[in-house]
Amino acid sequence: MPPDSDGPLLRMRGVGKAFFGVRVLDDVDLDLHSGQVHALVGENGAGKSTLMKIASGVYQPDAGTLELAGQPVTLPDPRAAQAAGIGIIHQEFNLLPERTVAENVFLGREPMRRGLVDRRAMHARTAELLAGIGEDAITPQARVGRLSVAQQQVVEIVKALALDARVLIMDEPTASLAEHEVELLYQLVRRLQQRGIGILYVSHRLTEVFDLSGRITVLKDGRRVTTLDTAEATADTLVRHMVGRELSHYYPERAAPGSAGAARLTLSAAGNGRLHPVDLELRAGEVLGVGGLQGSGRSALARAVFGIDGFRTGRVLLDGEPVRVRSPRQAVRAGIAYVTEDRKGEGLALSQSVLDNALLAQRAVRPRWFGRAARTTTVRELLDAVEVHAAGTEQEIRYLSGGNQQKVVLARWLAMTPRVLLFDEPTRGIDVGAKAAIHDLIRRLAADGAAVLMISSELPELIGMSDRIVVMRDGAIAGELPAGASEEAVMGLATGAATSTEVPA
Amino acid sequence: MSTDGARTRLRLPALDATSGVWAALALALMLGGTLVALDGGSLFSESSTISLLQRAAGLGIVAVGQTMAILAGSLDLSVAYVISLTSLVAAETMAGSDGMVLPAIAAVLAVSAAIGLLNGLLITKLRINAFIATLGVGLLIKGYLEQGYAGPAGSVPTSFQHLGYDRIGPVPLSFVLFAAVAAAAWFTLRSTRYGHHLIATGGDLDVARLSGVRTDRVLIRTHVICSLCAGIAGLYLASRLGAGAPRVGAEGGYDLESIAAVVLGGTVLAGGRGGVAGTVGGVLLLAVIDGVFNQLEVDSFFKQMVRGVVIVAAVAVYALRLRRTSDRRKAAVA
Repeated sequence: MPPDSDGPLLRMRGVGKAFFGVRVLDDVDLDLHSGQVHALVGENGAGKSTLMKIASGVYQPDAGTLELAGQPVTLPDPRAAQAAGIGIIHQEFNLLPERTVAENVFLGREPMRRGLVDRRAMHARTAELLAGIGEDAITPQARVGRLSVAQQQVVEIVKALALDARVLIMDEPTASLAEHEVELLYQLVRRLQQRGIGILYVSHRLTEVFDLSGRITVLKDGRRVTTLDTAEATADTLVRHMVGRELSHYYPERAAPGSAGAARLTLSAAGNGRLHPVDLELRAGEVLGVGGLQGSGRSALARAVFGIDGFRTGRVLLDGEPVRVRSPRQAVRAGIAYVTEDRKGEGLALSQSVLDNALLAQRAVRPRWFGRAARTTTVRELLDAVEVHAAGTEQEIRYLSGGNQQKVVLARWLAMTPRVLLFDEPTRGIDVGAKAAIHDLIRRLAADGAAVLMISSELPELIGMSDRIVVMRDGAIAGELPAGASEEAVMGLATGAATSTEVPA
Repeated sequence: MSTDGARTRLRLPALDATSGVWAALALALMLGGTLVALDGGSLFSESSTISLLQRAAGLGIVAVGQTMAILAGSLDLSVAYVISLTSLVAAETMAGSDGMVLPAIAAVLAVSAAIGLLNGLLITKLRINAFIATLGVGLLIKGYLEQGYAGPAGSVPTSFQHLGYDRIGPVPLSFVLFAAVAAAAWFTLRSTRYGHHLIATGGDLDVARLSGVRTDRVLIRTHVICSLCAGIAGLYLASRLGAGAPRVGAEGGYDLESIAAVVLGGTVLAGGRGGVAGTVGGVLLLAVIDGVFNQLEVDSFFKQMVRGVVIVAAVAVYALRLRRTSDRRKAAVA
């Protein structure tokens, strides 16, 4: 690949994108040069993946232009991007596990000889490509499903190279790798760089960004905050660029310091396949915030407590009594409630009525003859109390707004008078007014003596609501912060920029 | 993090599903042969071998087509009615005349290809679930047959009956035809671009499409081929019966039997994994079970139960194996 003249390989100018009137990307510029690793960083929802999808033809920008080696291009679909030499390595691989490496690499472009697939040529060219990036452990004939995750990633990269990709977009490439595999990826990235390929490296792990990139672009709330040479950047400046905004929403008053009651839920060295042993205490009357990046183990923690993917090691105490929660049913019976992150998929029976949804947990774990009329009355009262706005309790729940749906989920759990409540992104996709109502409800539950664990990716919410914050990283607790900690402190722990386990606010 | 969980558990012998079904076939032959011998008969006599292979041939040709459909992530429930219809098309076009054999074959292939095309278009263009689309088309044909025919119709000339009755040594001509169809399908899957694209489409539609495979075309073509196989089976049955029969396909249960044979052969119902070699084993296994029970003269109720148990057991074993592989994969990710 001849080195480019001075112009960038990929130039994006004034790129913008809105979904349903919500602006997720606004006037973003980005230059990617041949042989450069350009890191794209920002917190969840900053617009990284939208920008990436525009560069790879998945989304069409509403505004702005793309140039490839000085030529304006439009990328109507992913195939056009591939043809133009832009390859993308997704977090989830686009590979067929049942097929061989060569069959995957040449899928859709199988070399032909006399009207038939030329396997020999296919294997030879795959071997060449593998050798070209210094990979000798993978054979073209190997079945992809038998390879390790890191090796599958190599196959993805080779697949992109087989298309003569000049630009390679890597989306959180280390997310699925084990620690010892990361170094191999580093080597691979450097080799690709030497070949003159421009790499757009999307990650929120700052260590990697500093190890690999030459230039960094920081996005926040859909805007480009800054672009700087990695040599000039420090972890602190990056984190400061990634966060820091005014509070636009008021949160209910926190519990008075020292007012938290006895421990309701205690985890000691509790772990499973996705979690390193965790020690955690959740007290009556407090809201414990759990921060961290996506995939850091936050949801895995809630799911483990609720018995979906239960703990395999360690001990769990509920109000001082040892318990073993092996299924959600046992969790519900023990007085644990879980408001899931995926409301439509896991939280609601969309085609059933408001009332049916609100009664779901009770009907599931309590005998049928157990005060049937009374419990319907209670639930109706609760639905009123949380102020669900619906055409009636018989309305199908799919027609309610996100905020009202979430209130129904809350009513369902309130009816069980839970001792421990787990909230996973409780206000995701909910409008501002309903958000405040849900925040109030959460606070009132805690004030009534429940112990609340709240996972949130929204830093203002996490900080505004929590009496204490634990931050997770790579399946373990990275540290704990007191109420009112700064966004920088949370992001520092989440990205690994700050590594101590106790960070003073 | 660790694969210990998967490793410490009992390991099944390292057989893939294809060799698994052939091993089961060998076992069935040994066990069945012994049982029949104890009963005073012989499973391996010339006459029982011939009837076994003949039974396998008809189902086998259909099952090869079904394998292609299932591998592509689809399914064809209309095959039984296509068989009935094409047996009638064949016998009525021939009408006992030698000169009409070739036109009749052409007509059968045209009719079955058209039905396959219709199936494929319903599935790809109207996005109707394959189960429903092919069931609907099947019922459509069924309605036409019930309306138009009370019993057998048309007649096949003696020259065409060679297909149903001639043999090369102990091997019926029809079985040779089955072998040829299976070999052609095997070669197609292995060495043509279409074959590669078919397996990719069944494996993951989105991956295939994003890699540049025209998945709609692949699916349509596959349904045409599947239907053509049913048409060939219809020709064979016409030659065997000497006439066209409006209920021969449904009574033979060719729709579900062919799917059972494919699944026994280790092809995954979700598509993308498996192949023709397994299906051939599955067809032979079903034929051997049939043969054994016919010789033992056990009542057909018991026979059906054994077949049911064999199919469910096979699928359970495959599913277990598959789950372990994916567990291991998940463990590698965690």
